[in-house]
Amino acid sequence: MSSYLSNNWDTILTALRQHIWLALVPVVLGFVIALPIGYLGVRFPRLYHPLVNVCGVLYSIPSLALFVFLPVLLGTKILSPLNIVVALTIYTVALLSRTVADGLRSVDPLVVESATAMGYRRLRRLVDVQLPVALPVILAGLRVATVANISLVSVGALIGVGGLGQLFTRGFQLFYLEPIIVGIVLSVALAGIADLTIVLIQRWITPWTRFQGRTA
Amino acid sequence: MITFDDVVKVYPGGSTAVDHLSLELPTGKTTVFVGPSGCGKTTSLRMINRMIQPTSGRILIDGKDVAGQDEAELRRGIGYVIQHAGLFPHRTVLDNVATVPMLLGKSRREARAVAAELLERVGLATEFASRYPAQLSGGQQQRVGVARALAADPPVMLMDEPFSAVDPVVREGLHREFLRLQKDLGKTIAMVTHDIDEAIKLGDVVVIFRQGGHLAQVGTPQELLEHPADEFVAEFVGRDRGVRSLSFDSAADLPVRPLPADLVLDDAGRPAGWSTGESTGGTFTVADSLRLVTDLAISSPVGIAVRVDDHGKADGVVPHHDLVDHLAARRGRK
Amino acid sequence: MNLNYLFDPAHWNLEDGSIPLLILSHLWYVVLALIIGTIIALPIGLYIGHTGRGSFLAINAGNAGRSLPTLGLLMLMVTLLGLGLTPVLIALTVLVIPPILTSAYAGMRSLDPRVVDAARGMGMRPWQVLTKVELPMALPVLISGFRSAALQVVATATVAAAVGLNGLGRLLIDGLAVNDYSRVLAGAIVVAVLAVLLDLVLALAQRWIVSPGLR
Ligand SMILES: Nc1ncnc2c1ncn2[C@@H]1O[C@H](COP(=O)(O)OP(=O)(O)O)[C@@H](O)[C@H]1O
Ligand SMILES: [Mg+2]
Repeated sequence: MSSYLSNNWDTILTALRQHIWLALVPVVLGFVIALPIGYLGVRFPRLYHPLVNVCGVLYSIPSLALFVFLPVLLGTKILSPLNIVVALTIYTVALLSRTVADGLRSVDPLVVESATAMGYRRLRRLVDVQLPVALPVILAGLRVATVANISLVSVGALIGVGGLGQLFTRGFQLFYLEPIIVGIVLSVALAGIADLTIVLIQRWITPWTRFQGRTA
Repeated sequence: MITFDDVVKVYPGGSTAVDHLSLELPTGKTTVFVGPSGCGKTTSLRMINRMIQPTSGRILIDGKDVAGQDEAELRRGIGYVIQHAGLFPHRTVLDNVATVPMLLGKSRREARAVAAELLERVGLATEFASRYPAQLSGGQQQRVGVARALAADPPVMLMDEPFSAVDPVVREGLHREFLRLQKDLGKTIAMVTHDIDEAIKLGDVVVIFRQGGHLAQVGTPQELLEHPADEFVAEFVGRDRGVRSLSFDSAADLPVRPLPADLVLDDAGRPAGWSTGESTGGTFTVADSLRLVTDLAISSPVGIAVRVDDHGKADGVVPHHDLVDHLAARRGRK
Repeated sequence: MNLNYLFDPAHWNLEDGSIPLLILSHLWYVVLALIIGTIIALPIGLYIGHTGRGSFLAINAGNAGRSLPTLGLLMLMVTLLGLGLTPVLIALTVLVIPPILTSAYAGMRSLDPRVVDAARGMGMRPWQVLTKVELPMALPVLISGFRSAALQVVATATVAAAVGLNGLGRLLIDGLAVNDYSRVLAGAIVVAVLAVLLDLVLALAQRWIVSPGLR
């Protein structure tokens, strides 16, 4: 193992770096896109169920298929990382739009009503009251999306761009365990660190949740 | 003054919640809407701050039609308190109360200063200021709700069953607090409740609704108890309305007799019990109501209510046959 | 890119590598993984939810399980165990466990404690409380977890083809290998349709199993 590590250090680091970019850029893009979409699903209640269904179908498209089609649809090269980024952004949007909608729907209607009655206009009410109160739900969804993305990136290795996934295909082809194990460990560690980071951010920006469910 | 001018509200689906309501809510007074569940009280209340748009008719505040005003601006000038308070879970108590002043453009520091003052006013210690709503009891949350509604010092307050979600003992305390605050502040208040006792206790004017959004009767609590307009109102205010109406009659003109020999006094002249060893069961002053005197006379083991002066010294007694005569005479006067 | 491959009758006979047989093998992986995963995860999730012991595990098992890259796990298992059904099932079962465990836990935690208390007060034994009250009430949450597990495993079972096994991933991998995008498209469509149909079946089952009082 240690000889594998020392001999392939650069390859591993490059793969790791690529993995981080391929996984996290879609999380940010997807989150930014999902916010308005999820909001629409709440603002116009009729859109909620169609939204949930479309997101469900999008999420059930196999990642491999999406990775393969995007070059055809976007005119990108098959080896372009853009394919992976766009595909994972689509998954993230599918996952988070619903989460944002569910989060906003979870806000106690009495809270929204009293904000309205105090004279909040729609946009400021959303930013000052609804979104902050929905944050615990939204951030829980963000955790899922981030972790899912980090593990999905490796499938890209089947079309030649997959961050740590390339260690899997290499090991598989050469019938060689070390790269596979290193890839899995790094991928899981990366997901763990990302997850933990979001949890810490959540603690920091939603201090009130620590007291909920304790007293009347 | 808040004026309802021939206001109708028909919800989509056809149910008429408010049916041609015309009504005036006097400035500086508490007007309580009361009636069975579903009779249109909440709908009427929420049309005042345009949370609900009337189907027809107008609502005016001090002569100005609310329909012509910017919704958000209008609402910032009207305090609003609801059951369970609707506090923002993500803001501390202090910042909840500071909400409207900040919406009105005050700096955070100014708004918080106002908020701190108000919290004190509604009887919440400073230590609560930095807590989150989830860390408060129901009664405390309700106080914060009231403080939040008062924060911008609005001339008008709307309260929808503000004290319904707390237990009777806490409610009792909130009622006292409310009456004390309202005595100081003199806001124009519209309050909804389904509890006729609460309405009688807190209202200067009570508006009784019946099913279908119709007005059944408007009047002072005493008027409603003594002269219910019809069977429905009589039934609604309750069978013991005669006794309760005694709350509004003063004990001042009740004739008293000199202290009897078997009333034991302490060194300061305060009543200490009857010579048989039994307690007086409480005392009244000239500021109390006939209802209290009646209660004392009935529950006293010897059938006598004891009156004291401002210093607690016994200064007369009322045996219950005197009370009966007085009530009969009172009946003749009405 | 076109739909020729999908609609060519030759690909719908029952010969090796035909679409119906690939669907069958795909479903076989999916169903086995769901069954094994449920047998493992359900009791654990119910137990943790019921007792409240090990909540930390239940909450974090979800994200920990999701973080295991299925492709890596599959390739690891094949390298270790050789080609066959077992490595595929291991990789897919690991995928199925987290959502079922988490939802079983969440379903049990979401119960109104007063109802459970009332059931005990009526003289139900612990087993009766579980089967007659807690489970039926936890079902909506539980089934929605099962549905998301099913959706995920249908889409992911395509990676089996990457190690030379069957399933609808064959259409994707083989199509890609020979630049036959019509075949890749056929694979993607069939997988998505399969996922939607499976979800529909589960939704119907949910209507049928869950008490109308809980909808
Ligand atoms: N948003 C709504 N849509 C349709 N009907 C409503 C709505 N809100 C209230 N109602 C109906 O209007 C009537 C009056 O409701 P409300 O004003 O809430 O009564 P109250 O506060 O006196 O209990 C009820 O019959 C109620 O069912
Ligand atoms: Mg009401």
